[in-house]
Amino acid sequence: MRRLVTDTMVIAERNLVRLPRAPELLLAFTVQPIMFLLLFRYVFGGAIRTPGYSYVDYLVPGITVQNIAFGGFVTAIGLNEDLHKGLIDRFRSLPMARPAVLAGRTSADILTNALSATILVVTGLIIGFSFHTGLPEAIAGFGLLMLFGYAFSWVFAYLGMLVSTPEAANSVGFIAVFPLTFISSAFVPVQSMPEPLRAFAEVNPFTITVDAMRSLWLGAPARNNVWEAFVWALVIIAVFAPLAVARYRHAAGG
Amino acid sequence: MTCDAERFRHQPPLAGEGASAAVDTPSAAAVSVRGLVKSYGAVRALAGVDLDVAHGTVLGLLGPNGAGKTTIVRILTTLLTPDAGRAQVLGLDVARDAAQLRQRIGLAGQYAAVDENLTGLENLTMVGRLYGKPRAAARRRGRELLERFELLDAANRPAKTYSGGMRRRLDLAAALVAEPPVLFLDEPTTGLDPRSRLQLWETIELLVAEGTTVLLTTQYLDEADRLATEIAVIDQGRVLASGTPDQLKDRVGGERLEVRLEAIGQAETAARALMAMSDDPPTMEGDMVVVGVRRRDGAIVDAVRRLDEAAVGVDDITLRRPTLDDVFLALTGHAAEANVGARSGEGPG
Repeated sequence: MRRLVTDTMVIAERNLVRLPRAPELLLAFTVQPIMFLLLFRYVFGGAIRTPGYSYVDYLVPGITVQNIAFGGFVTAIGLNEDLHKGLIDRFRSLPMARPAVLAGRTSADILTNALSATILVVTGLIIGFSFHTGLPEAIAGFGLLMLFGYAFSWVFAYLGMLVSTPEAANSVGFIAVFPLTFISSAFVPVQSMPEPLRAFAEVNPFTITVDAMRSLWLGAPARNNVWEAFVWALVIIAVFAPLAVARYRHAAGG
Repeated sequence: MTCDAERFRHQPPLAGEGASAAVDTPSAAAVSVRGLVKSYGAVRALAGVDLDVAHGTVLGLLGPNGAGKTTIVRILTTLLTPDAGRAQVLGLDVARDAAQLRQRIGLAGQYAAVDENLTGLENLTMVGRLYGKPRAAARRRGRELLERFELLDAANRPAKTYSGGMRRRLDLAAALVAEPPVLFLDEPTTGLDPRSRLQLWETIELLVAEGTTVLLTTQYLDEADRLATEIAVIDQGRVLASGTPDQLKDRVGGERLEVRLEAIGQAETAARALMAMSDDPPTMEGDMVVVGVRRRDGAIVDAVRRLDEAAVGVDDITLRRPTLDDVFLALTGHAAEANVGARSGEGPG
């Protein structure tokens, strides 16, 4: 158990140290979310009705959830590269705790996700967003955000090992997750969608999580309990972590 | 390459290190493989492989792509579990004692398995820590190895800035972090330029001189010839033959007579004319006809006379010792390296 913790930390550190040396990845964490926030706020914002809230207040909880879900794409690309460049073979030939490769990868995502979310929220505050609730709720919101991002790291870990190239890992993740984030309450109220889409959007875990975030940060009445969002994140982990571990065993040839 | 910085220690589990003794009693061998079978779906990668590597020697697994060499290495380094058979390294079973075994082996793979975005020192430090060393000790060991492999100047540069040869050296250094008594090298020089290749050979020879046991796979006959104490020729998941390079060459019989013809079209005629000099049918490749001769004495004169009688024009004629190429061709019926494209000559009809 102690080996698992130290080995996970070694792998997590490795993934964090290499990040600044891959500038394209670093841009994806920093500049890209700011760009999306500004585009939505100033291009679409004027045309979208969000009763009870200014669009920037409505948008920030939504876009942080979308952004955090994509934080795991580094895991998808990274694991894929490690598999095909023989690094996983090296790790597996070492007397290290085997789950540490995946655990270290997803743990590193927590830190990059925190960085990315902080940049996004600070940018939001600059362009007019404000928390309408107290500190405990704001912190609980961050907690939910981190848990949700961690859950999607496992989704991306699984997707990244399903495909044969890092490029494919990137686009599969994008194609699988991107529509899910849009057919939700992240950017527009679901009431404005046509009926079948709206029915889907209402049960979409993204909607549930975004609504929970708005409840925690804006005091908006969540249609469902905030706890439901936490449960969803745990369910996603419970489903995708074992899938990823099984896929890892298979892909690594064991 | 200098080596004073580092002395490797080895503790063979059993006394009696004599190479011959180890071969005779498999339990004393550093690596012992019996009846190894592995399939990937319907594809049978290994169809019952037996191998022994004596302490302090080099076994070269020689075979073309897809012969099963890498599968053997992956099983011996605990990356794969065999479907059947038994494999032991230093008396440890690869399946039962995998965790213990990983402490005592080093693997350098077909691809230089280093993190390109980490520096040389960071790569080695990471590996050291994954062996359970504290950070400071792992760094110290990393520096030692970088010095030994003449990479100290590049210690703080990301590995992606390294040349191919430097990456392989770093990969080999990573395999040596825990001073393993047994080293597995999967095609260590594939894709390297001749100079880097020679450098890596010298490094491997140095490790062996210090007592490391090495199992290496290669597609290159000259590599096996130079490095290996013993060679096992692998094709389609089986060991076709094994022995010292000289023993294998002796197996294909005596000297090779190579005849270069003036005209390609006369190859068949030439082969027919030379057939009586050999027990095996001559092989033809373009304007070359090669025949294994029974007797060296007078062979050239005899060949020239026979070719002259058959009215075959000759450009060049030479007599040479068989190479491992010949061994491979004789054993498998095809050339070792896919791009050679040699064809067995058919007997004249």
